Amino acid sequence: MQLKRIIPCLDVKGGKVVKGKSFKRLAYAGDALSLAKKYYREGADELVFLDIAASAQGRGTIKRLTRAVAQEIFIPFTVGGGIRTPSDAGEILQNGADKISINTAAVENPALISKIARKFGSQAVVVAIDAKRSQNSWTVFTYGGRKDTGIDAISWAKKAASLGAGEILLTSMDKDGSNSGYDVGLNAAVSRAVNIPVIASGGAGSARDIAKVLKSGADAALLAGILHRKETTVEKLKKGLKSLKIAVR
Amino acid sequence: MELKIAIIDYGAGNIGSAANALRKCRADVSIAKTGKDLQKADAIVLPGVGSFSCAKRLAKLRKPILDSISKKPFLGICLGMQLLFEESEEARGSALGIFSGKVRRLKCKKLPNVGWREVKVRKGRLFSGIRSPIFYFCHSYAIKESENASSFSKAGKENFVASLERENLFAVQFHPEKSGACGLKLLSNFVKIATQAKKRQAELASSVQQMRASARAKGA
Repeated sequence: MQLKRIIPCLDVKGGKVVKGKSFKRLAYAGDALSLAKKYYREGADELVFLDIAASAQGRGTIKRLTRAVAQEIFIPFTVGGGIRTPSDAGEILQNGADKISINTAAVENPALISKIARKFGSQAVVVAIDAKRSQNSWTVFTYGGRKDTGIDAISWAKKAASLGAGEILLTSMDKDGSNSGYDVGLNAAVSRAVNIPVIASGGAGSARDIAKVLKSGADAALLAGILHRKETTVEKLKKGLKSLKIAVR
Repeated sequence: MELKIAIIDYGAGNIGSAANALRKCRADVSIAKTGKDLQKADAIVLPGVGSFSCAKRLAKLRKPILDSISKKPFLGICLGMQLLFEESEEARGSALGIFSGKVRRLKCKKLPNVGWREVKVRKGRLFSGIRSPIFYFCHSYAIKESENASSFSKAGKENFVASLERENLFAVQFHPEKSGACGLKLLSNFVKIATQAKKRQAELASSVQQMRASARAKGA
C-alpha cells in the first residue's frame, strides 16, 4: 500500500529555522540540525530545507547543513532556495540531499526542470509552486510571494510535470501560516491534473486538516508552524491520522 | 573487531548516503574503485541510484566483484540489486548475471515508484528483529519473481521482489540507508552477519595453522 507522507519543512536562514506568516514576518524557531533530528526521531517520513536567504554567503551554510543532515538523518530530504542552474543542483545533491526544489528559477526558465531531471533523474526534482487564489482559479507567485506572474497554477503544474518534475510542492499563500486547514480545492485540482505526487503545503492546524487534504488527492503533507511552535509532534499527528483511517508509516 | 566494508563506486549517483548509514552501524567504510580495493574489504556493498546502462561502467570491475561475491558477504542496493541479474528492459548489455532472469519495467501509472511501502517478508536474516518492515523505495524497474526472493512489495497492484537472499549474498530493491530506524536495523543485521562470517574465517585460518604446526611437529 502507498503510505502517505508527513514532511516537516524547515525554512532556514544562517543555519537557524525561521517561520513566517503569510510569507512575511519571520520568527525564530531554533537550530536547524537539532530540530531536524527531533522530527526524524518523532517519525517524519522526509524533510524539506528551504534556504530563504539564498545569498552568496548563505550557500556555504546550506551546503554545510546538507552534509550534516546526510550524516545523521537517515530519511530522504529535499533542499531548496537559490538553485538556478544544474550545477547548483549537483552541488546540493553531491553534499547528500536526495532531491532539490526549484521555484522562481523554474518559472523564469522552465527548461531548467528538464535539464536537472535529465542529469539527476526526475526523482531528484521537486518543483515548488506558490499559489494564490483569485476568484475561481489560482495564480503563481515568485520571489517568495512578492511577484504575481499571472500564470495559472494548474497549467504550470502540468507543464512542470511534463518537463520532468518528480513532485510538486504546492503552497497556498492564502492559507500559509493560518493554521486554518489546507486549501483543499487547490490541492485536489492540481492532484487531478498531474500524474506525479503532490505535497500539500500551507495551513496545517490539526490531524483533521491533514487527513482532509490527503483524502482529496495529495500524497504528502508539509508541516512547519504547528511543529516549530511545539503545538504538536509528528508522532501525535500520525496517531491522529491513523485513527482517521489515513495509512501512514 | 571492526568490519571493513567496501562500497563500490562506479559513478552511479549518490553513494554517500550508504556510506553514512553503514558508518552509523559501526562499520569501517571505504570507497572501492578498483579490484584491489575490494580485496582488502571483509564485505562488499554495491549501491546504486541511476540506470541499468551503468552496467557498462561496472564492466571493468566485473571479475573482481564476481570473485569477491564468492568469498565475502555482499549486499546490493536498488540498482545494485538489479545489476546482479543478466539483463534489464531498461538498457542493453549484460550485468553480473548471478541470478537468472530479466529486470522489468513496472506497469503502474505513477513512475518512479517512490515512497514508503510495506514489505512482506518470507524469510531472511536481514529482517531479523524488524517488527513492522516499511522501507523507502525509489525505482521504475524491478524483478518479478525469483526462487531466492526473501520479501515482496507492491507498486500499485503489481507484486515485485523487494529483497533476495542466498547464503551470504543479499540484495534489496529499497533504500535501507534512507529508511529510518528499519533501514538502520537491516544494515546492522548485515554488518552482524558479515562480522560473524569474518570471525569464522579467522577461526578456520587459525585452526588450519595449528593443525599444520602439530603435523609438522609429529613429522619431525
